[in-house]
Amino acid sequence: MMQTPAKRFSFSKLLKRDWREWLTFLLFVGPNLGLFVYFTYYPLIRNVLLSFQDYNTFIDEGEYIGLTNFVDVFTDSQTSVILRNTLVFTVAVVGIILVLGLMVALLLNQKLRFRNGVRSLIFSPTVLAGSAVAVVWIYIFDPRTGLILQLAKPFGINPPAWLLDPASAMIALIIVYVWKNLGYATVIYVAGLQAIPADLFEAARVDGANAVQRFRHVTIPGLSPVIFFLAVTSVLTSFQAFDLIRVMTGGGPINATNVLIYRLYEVGFGTNSSIGRASVIGLILFVIMLVVTILQLRYLERRVSYA
Amino acid sequence: MSLRAQSVLFKSLSYLGMVALIVVIGLPVFWLVTGAFKGNREILTATPQFLPRSFQFDNFARAWTGAKFSTYYVNSIATTLMGATAEIVMAVTTAYALVFVRFPLRNAVFILLLLALMVPEQVVIVPNFLSIARMGLLVTKGGSLEIADFVRGWLAIFLPGASIAFGTFLLRQYFRTIPMDLTDAAKVDGAGHFSTMINVIVPVATPAIATTGLLSFTAKWNEYLWPLIVTYSDQLRTLPIAISRLLDAEGNTEWGVVMAGAIFVVIPVIIVFLFAQRFVVEGLAAGAVKG
Repeated sequence: MMQTPAKRFSFSKLLKRDWREWLTFLLFVGPNLGLFVYFTYYPLIRNVLLSFQDYNTFIDEGEYIGLTNFVDVFTDSQTSVILRNTLVFTVAVVGIILVLGLMVALLLNQKLRFRNGVRSLIFSPTVLAGSAVAVVWIYIFDPRTGLILQLAKPFGINPPAWLLDPASAMIALIIVYVWKNLGYATVIYVAGLQAIPADLFEAARVDGANAVQRFRHVTIPGLSPVIFFLAVTSVLTSFQAFDLIRVMTGGGPINATNVLIYRLYEVGFGTNSSIGRASVIGLILFVIMLVVTILQLRYLERRVSYA
Repeated sequence: MSLRAQSVLFKSLSYLGMVALIVVIGLPVFWLVTGAFKGNREILTATPQFLPRSFQFDNFARAWTGAKFSTYYVNSIATTLMGATAEIVMAVTTAYALVFVRFPLRNAVFILLLLALMVPEQVVIVPNFLSIARMGLLVTKGGSLEIADFVRGWLAIFLPGASIAFGTFLLRQYFRTIPMDLTDAAKVDGAGHFSTMINVIVPVATPAIATTGLLSFTAKWNEYLWPLIVTYSDQLRTLPIAISRLLDAEGNTEWGVVMAGAIFVVIPVIIVFLFAQRFVVEGLAAGAVKG
């Protein structure tokens, strides 16, 4: 075989060619990566530093004050209320979305007429602006003219004052959040259901398994990665219900719907704002999200090693 | 009960469930649309009015002129276009480089991007606010703004969210399925990376790029928290933030006008999704099930 000059090893040529490849790579990736470094990684570190500082926004400088911000946040009587609200809200919306979403997906996975249309309908609220959804639901909940009132009146039912009553405001918020976000879970569930091989169901049927047994032993195990994916993403997105809360309740009445992300906004950007204390709340939020994400990674690792 | 009767019963129950679903999801939408056409007297009536007596466009006109909706539209369109364009371009170039360009730290860069996916925007708003302020992009002056002020305000809204991790991830997965023969053929023809990307990869990957673009578009259009924090002047507000200004603090809200305003906010997204919904739904589902 004849050896061509091009195939002979040439260090300088290789370097020259690679150098151009590297430049191309940096050019293509650089802007994206640079923005991430400056607006994601750097602020993560700076957030930690800020939580130990008393920051003066007028002179744009901070002074280290030790753990004062942490002490302030954790001794604030509102903090425990807000943590409890966050827990209640997240557990409720994630639980309802996981269960209801699966039920709706099982329904829409059957061979029914119009099922694609209904699937589109149920997905549509997820693309609407949260603040627009919020004003529509304020109108629906309105205790004088609202839709719920008008529907309940003929039956002699007296609905609660919803957003105006601390006892029912959180329930109202959960209803709206589920209404808006159920479609996403449904779509993911349907895709998961369709990914389960049909012969598994066939084999179970041949073995004499009834519908409940098939659901318990084929559907649920087959869906488990999807359920886990949805559980994690739902927890993470539930921390982002800011627009609904801000427009519908402003965290009230009397803090009944105030959750971590809303408190972060209040403390950092409301009246008597404190950059330091807001950073502490941001840190709490980050730690919770980190724990949830690590749980997901560990689970995925296990899944891969089993496969 | 016979097997056949059982199956008929099951089918009927399923359709019943579907009707319930349509009502629960559809009724608020119905209430929004009909509300926008109702007069104030029809809304405040004691007996339920499901349909407006006559369709009037009065509310739309009043929402538009009463609340400077034209300014809000300009702000929303400008920031959404800037954000979505930046995201699409960077997602394509980054994903291309990660798959087709040789670089020793390629995998490290990929992992760095993946990690960014796990840092939610909300936890870094405080330091980012300080960064944007330090860059001189906060418009704090009152009165009427000049073009330069608008540009600064738009940049403040646009910059921190301009980078893209999820779309990059989605496109990288897609690019990896493209046969190497295609890029090799381009290379033999003497094409560089830039022309290979534009002429070979982008045409093949159009559906995936469109999905990424649509997700970016809706996310930017609906964004609330960040634009709220970095805009002080009413003239810089985007649509989602402006809508709540139509609510009356004393409880005398004109619901017809508010519903018309809400329709102004959601209509562009609805129009886009009427054309492309299946596309996006499938793209999202594929990412979740296979990813």
